[in-house]
Amino acid sequence: MTTHLRDEQGPFFGEFGGRFMPESLIAALDEIAAAYDEAKNDPAFAAELTELHRSYTGRPSILTEAPRFARHAGDARIILKREDLNHTGSHKINNVLGQALLARRLGKTRLIAETGAGQHGVATATAAALMGMSCVVYMGEVDTERQALNVARMRLLGAEVVPVTTGTRTLKDALNEAFRDWVANVEDTHYVLGTVAGPHPFPVMVRDFHKIIGEEARQQVLDLTGALPDAVIACVGGGSNAIGIFHAFLDDPDVTLIGYEAAGDGVDTLRHAATITMGRPGVLHGSRSMMLQDEDGQTSDSHSISAGLDYPGVGPEHAWLASIGRAQYLPITDTEAMAAFRLLCETEGIIPAIESAHALAGALTLGRELGPCKVILINLSGRGDKDVETAARYFGVLDEVALVATELEASSLEAGELASDALTDELHAGSGEAAELASGRGVQL
Amino acid sequence: MSGTTIVSPVGTRIARAKRDRAGALIGYLPVGFPTLEQSIDAAVALVENGVDVLELGLPYTDPVMDGPVIQRATQTALENGFRLRDAFTAVEAIRSRVDAPILLMTYWNPVVQYGVDRFADDLVSAGGAGLITPDLTVDSGAPWLAASDRTGLDRVFLAAPTSTGERLELAVTNSRGFVYVVSTMGVTGARSDVDASARTLVDRLRAVGSTSACVGIGISTGEQVAEVLEYADGAIVGSALVRALSEDGVQGAAKVAASLAVGTRR
Repeated sequence: MTTHLRDEQGPFFGEFGGRFMPESLIAALDEIAAAYDEAKNDPAFAAELTELHRSYTGRPSILTEAPRFARHAGDARIILKREDLNHTGSHKINNVLGQALLARRLGKTRLIAETGAGQHGVATATAAALMGMSCVVYMGEVDTERQALNVARMRLLGAEVVPVTTGTRTLKDALNEAFRDWVANVEDTHYVLGTVAGPHPFPVMVRDFHKIIGEEARQQVLDLTGALPDAVIACVGGGSNAIGIFHAFLDDPDVTLIGYEAAGDGVDTLRHAATITMGRPGVLHGSRSMMLQDEDGQTSDSHSISAGLDYPGVGPEHAWLASIGRAQYLPITDTEAMAAFRLLCETEGIIPAIESAHALAGALTLGRELGPCKVILINLSGRGDKDVETAARYFGVLDEVALVATELEASSLEAGELASDALTDELHAGSGEAAELASGRGVQL
Repeated sequence: MSGTTIVSPVGTRIARAKRDRAGALIGYLPVGFPTLEQSIDAAVALVENGVDVLELGLPYTDPVMDGPVIQRATQTALENGFRLRDAFTAVEAIRSRVDAPILLMTYWNPVVQYGVDRFADDLVSAGGAGLITPDLTVDSGAPWLAASDRTGLDRVFLAAPTSTGERLELAVTNSRGFVYVVSTMGVTGARSDVDASARTLVDRLRAVGSTSACVGIGISTGEQVAEVLEYADGAIVGSALVRALSEDGVQGAAKVAASLAVGTRR
């Protein structure tokens, strides 16, 4: 009997995966697993999700060739899968709509989620608004600060955003807090886990909702080039966009699969999030996988300029693909990612999410290794609107004076001060620049 | 079948408490909070003030079943440099001063990293009684079932209001010492009313053969202990003791333990 790598259904992927969870949540996990099995075989469920993808998400997402960017990548042929063009700005919506439909089948009326960069939180808040459910998003306090725009987006969508102040105040702590909420409210609440980690059935279910990325892209590349790509690459935090684009190619042995992890300041420092590169097997957030930890099994702090990759764990299917050698996982530093970020902006007119910029950085090296005309398919998992402030500060192109002036003016207006005040007049002069900044002209990349 | 040939130190102590009084009082404290020394002194003080069984929590970076009071305490312990081996030091020190069985309450990854068998052996050497595993269920716990059978350690699994009958039976059959009855859906922390669902859950556990069921989560007063012991074999108190320890030191924890122990009188 031929076994196909695509057939893995959990709970275990080799020695990875499983379910290490409080008893209080086992019934809910069983309920989801059963409902998902049923939904998977229900044409009505598939039809509804497909229609949402067509008329709401904007699927299929297109391919864009990046020839000017490719000149910096050894003249490889670089093809971007444009998940950044999905509604809400990233691949996250694929999974969220699937889980929200499932939650509705289960009669749940409240969605909760964890979020790092805010992309998954925004997608969940969006789905909750669409389906008339209430929504609470847990976000590490550090991340609410560096991704303030996405916090505002979630609030506009009617969600409550709870800054998490425990532990390292980042993504992993947001997961802990979401699990705690779920334990207490499991009766009416579905936890929309945002990546391919967590206890069974999440790694399998989230993967299945994202595998549409690779399925579309595989056919699109065949149509475009007449052959499969030489390499398919993506950034890896928890690993949802990577597994989404990898999955369709798992049984194409000639297609190289590479996931790029966040190396932060470098894997030779303690400030990185390169889980597979530097971690070892352990149990975190309900499954056995690779993780960053100390000798005692305490989870290590991770670091990345990208909030969405700043996670000391990784999905168990990735740990397994690495262990059997089917996929490779390589580290990309903050500096490399930011250089690739800027390069894509300037060569192709596309501002990528900083997360996705890690894959772009990988392509620059990989392209030179593979040589001219080799086809590299990159999952451009998200757009960089949320990262404009971070990137603008990083490159020193943000007009700080104008920004501060705008903020001051906003607070003074709140205080009811008159515009004739001399100070306010002065600030007014600054706000012209701020308006320019808001319209995009103030940021000169 | 497990549990039939091994004499459980915790089970024996609970049975004795039921014979002499209304039932057992089980007290939780994290190892290393506020310091290793003070956590040892506090644990000793709990036993001297009426606690029958000690539950020592191992500080862990990602404690998903713990509420804010215990999270703060364990985070402090970690910041103060808690190491896993301190748990064995604490067990040994406490056992040399008072006679109460000690269970370690630990999330699973630290045990995995230490090595399940090595952890079991070192716990036996230190004089510990067994483990409570909040994120390890029977169906995921094969290595621990084997190690605890080999060493004779107690193993406490959890039962929740949402557990199916089949799962309750799994917990009862495989637990040794007692079954940890999660009184209410939620994380640890004192609550003004211990959910009526605890009573229902204990009834369901009795129906599948449980003779040692202890209720935890939300209990903070002697009155609540007394109420729980009307239907359960033991009452588990955590956050109320941890709060007393953090606010009023060892003496404070001792005082709260004594007031909780009043609830075990018949």
